[in-house]
Amino acid sequence: MPKDNGIGASSLRREDFRFLTGSGNYTDDINVHGQAYVAFARSNVANGKIISLDTSAAEGLDGVLAVFTGADFADVGGNPAGWLINSRDGEPMKEPKRPVLAHGKVRHVGDAYAAVVAETEEIARDAVELISANIEELPAVVDLKSALDNKHLVHDEIETNQCFDWGWIEDNREKTDQAIANAPHVTTLELVNNRLVPNAMEPRCSLADYNAGNDEYTLYTTSQNPHLTRLLISAFVMGIPENKLRVIAPDVGGGFGSKIYHYGEEALVLAASKKIGRPVKWTATRTESFLSDAHGRDHVTKIELACEKDGTFIAFRTETYANVGAYLSNFSTATPTFLHGTLMSGNYSVPNVYVNVKAVFTNTAPVDAYRGAGRPEATYSLERVIDKCARELGIDPLELRKKNFVKPDQFPYTTAVGLEYDTGNYDALVEKLRDLADLQGFDQRRKESEANGMLRGLGVNTYIEACGIAPSNLVGVLGSRVGLYDAATVRVNATGNISVMVGAHSHGQGHETAFPQVVAEMLGIDEGLIDIVHGDTSKIPFGMGSYGSRSLAVCGSAVVRATEKIINKAKKIASHMLEASEADIELKDGVFSVSGTDKAVSFGDVALKAYIPHNYPLEDIEPGLEESAFYDPANFTYPAGAYACEVEVEHNPLGVKGCGEAGAIGSPPSVVNAVVDALQSAGHNVTHIDMPVSPSRVWAAMNS
Amino acid sequence: MANITMTVNGKSVSGEVEGRTLLVDFLRNDLRLTGTHVGCDTSQCGACTVHVDGIAVKSCTMLAAEADGADVSTIEGQANADGSLSAIQAAFQEHHGLQCGFCTPGMVMAAADLLKKNAKPTEAEVRHHLEGNICRCTGYHNIVKAIMAASGQDVSQLAAE
Repeated sequence: MPKDNGIGASSLRREDFRFLTGSGNYTDDINVHGQAYVAFARSNVANGKIISLDTSAAEGLDGVLAVFTGADFADVGGNPAGWLINSRDGEPMKEPKRPVLAHGKVRHVGDAYAAVVAETEEIARDAVELISANIEELPAVVDLKSALDNKHLVHDEIETNQCFDWGWIEDNREKTDQAIANAPHVTTLELVNNRLVPNAMEPRCSLADYNAGNDEYTLYTTSQNPHLTRLLISAFVMGIPENKLRVIAPDVGGGFGSKIYHYGEEALVLAASKKIGRPVKWTATRTESFLSDAHGRDHVTKIELACEKDGTFIAFRTETYANVGAYLSNFSTATPTFLHGTLMSGNYSVPNVYVNVKAVFTNTAPVDAYRGAGRPEATYSLERVIDKCARELGIDPLELRKKNFVKPDQFPYTTAVGLEYDTGNYDALVEKLRDLADLQGFDQRRKESEANGMLRGLGVNTYIEACGIAPSNLVGVLGSRVGLYDAATVRVNATGNISVMVGAHSHGQGHETAFPQVVAEMLGIDEGLIDIVHGDTSKIPFGMGSYGSRSLAVCGSAVVRATEKIINKAKKIASHMLEASEADIELKDGVFSVSGTDKAVSFGDVALKAYIPHNYPLEDIEPGLEESAFYDPANFTYPAGAYACEVEVEHNPLGVKGCGEAGAIGSPPSVVNAVVDALQSAGHNVTHIDMPVSPSRVWAAMNS
Repeated sequence: MANITMTVNGKSVSGEVEGRTLLVDFLRNDLRLTGTHVGCDTSQCGACTVHVDGIAVKSCTMLAAEADGADVSTIEGQANADGSLSAIQAAFQEHHGLQCGFCTPGMVMAAADLLKKNAKPTEAEVRHHLEGNICRCTGYHNIVKAIMAASGQDVSQLAAE
């Protein structure tokens, strides 16, 4: 009999009803009485010097309320990078200011240099076209390697296009070089992990409402993490005290990383609302999403795999040029370094691993974490070079992997790049994969395809991911400027139903269904009695939001801790009601009972007693039944897979790992491996095809 | 400015619009029917799909004035009369055919359009019909499954899980 309540129950998602009936509440669905609208003037050149801006015609258009340019924000702080990376020589990374509006120079197509506030969106857009911008186009820096010639600069003031030159782990460098120099076999692969645009279905949108009566701002915005957005705006950019800024992220229509970050448009609407004394709204067009959302990936990589003739791995060496775009987005420096370099041992036991990442400024849109963030880049290059190596040595690709896996008896396993993997059984994953994908039958399927004039290829790969992005102590050592705990408050109401305020924020994950199951399981009550509150800094505890497959592993654990506190206090109240020792009180199926007796009181009665504390030991127990917890784990979690299989292990209180990003990590190398396999089966000498694997690329490779 | 009148989800509505006002903006801003979403402005994503005189239309690419006198249906009008989910809506929930929910109204409207024309579509026909509707969360499998289930077909053997 399947469970119908609590953890593991296949409950229908409760958020679906509103999404399916058009009753969702996304940021652009919100309108505040009297609101005005913003449109941005954006650069149509990649690199340019702003000689002059004439906004007089725009200001004169009927219905225009205000025009802003970069000069209006010259004294406002820059949007910061959240992670400090030091170069190999110990020099801190270069951090040129990222202004609210471009000032002096525009640095990528789509870089906003002016904004118009008007009575309607149409008038605002019309007025943008009346801004006369004299922008001198300069040569654009776009190619990662030639950018480091510094012939043309993205940021003149730092005198280089290199943000940092990072080595991980630097102590491994020399011995890895030597191991590769002396190895019997070395496989080398150069590849491009192409840039992509996250393209959440819901375009970014921000609506600011300043109240002069109490000097408070409310910002409705498309965010995966309202508290983090508030912190960035308050502490770094606008200087608005946190207690005067309420950030609300209502229903969010997908994010994939792109809505983690604070963007200049949010600061602009806040400033504009204060200036004109009215609510101000901006909704991105899809074109603006392409031009101004943080993009993903964009690595140019050379990876070398050194091994014995029998395929035993000796060393991995990676040299990557990572594009950070024109400005540092909030997680942009962590993504190509600690979310990438630390995973470069993959699922393998290998003594020497060294990763060098040069982060490069270019005249392109900023690049940051996207679906998996760094870990897909690591998995892609590693699993591609292993496949190439297998072909060179004539070893079955899965057997080569198995030969080098970290074995179950080696856990916990500390990799050469500094992570301690908790548990795993990668051989079992491969055997499961053989079964699920019917690998035995592949040869027959290939023959059938060939008989039909088709080529058929098989691509395999394994992956490992550090997720549940959290442990503050660890990320702090690695350069993070924020903590990565999460938080939850469990509020039992007087009539026994429960509101759970969580720091995680759903942009499609189904938190409103999953988190109540955790509480219901622990208390033994109907999950329908429990509701989640999220996405509003005025209502929820200071949590860090949703990304990095962390919602359940980190915030769910905070829910567990807070619920444990509820149970402890409720037992005290129950012991008083039942006139028994607290140690003898048991909780089962929502009922507190005295062990070994039939004396019992329901959870609901305990809740009522907490709020109507008549005949209540006020000297020992406070009234009320509400508890909060912050949870900060000791380690990442390490889900691993073949394609996208999940394994189960104990780690956090729930024993959960993250699976949200797995599809983006394991799939790409499998696809490319399979395409190469198919082409080689027909005698084409193709060892690599860069993504996206379009028909034209395959055709070109076959004919090269 | 022009005065327009149309029937939306069975109710007669009217309003005053500029010539350039899009149908989706009239629905969202004037009628406050915000279930119809704007995802791309260019007819590619399908989040704004509604029915006009029984035909699926991308309301970001139709002027409100063009719908003067028309019979329009939106996602807000899809549930059963008692407020419960329609067969298509219920199938989306049952088969996990949505995550963030932003594309969902357009998907439901596109599905309703298909099933009206083709009561028992094949998987290939469903996928072909959804070419104009983009989802970035689900990978489509469960959307296809939901639509086929809503048509009364057995979906237990579909590869999508």
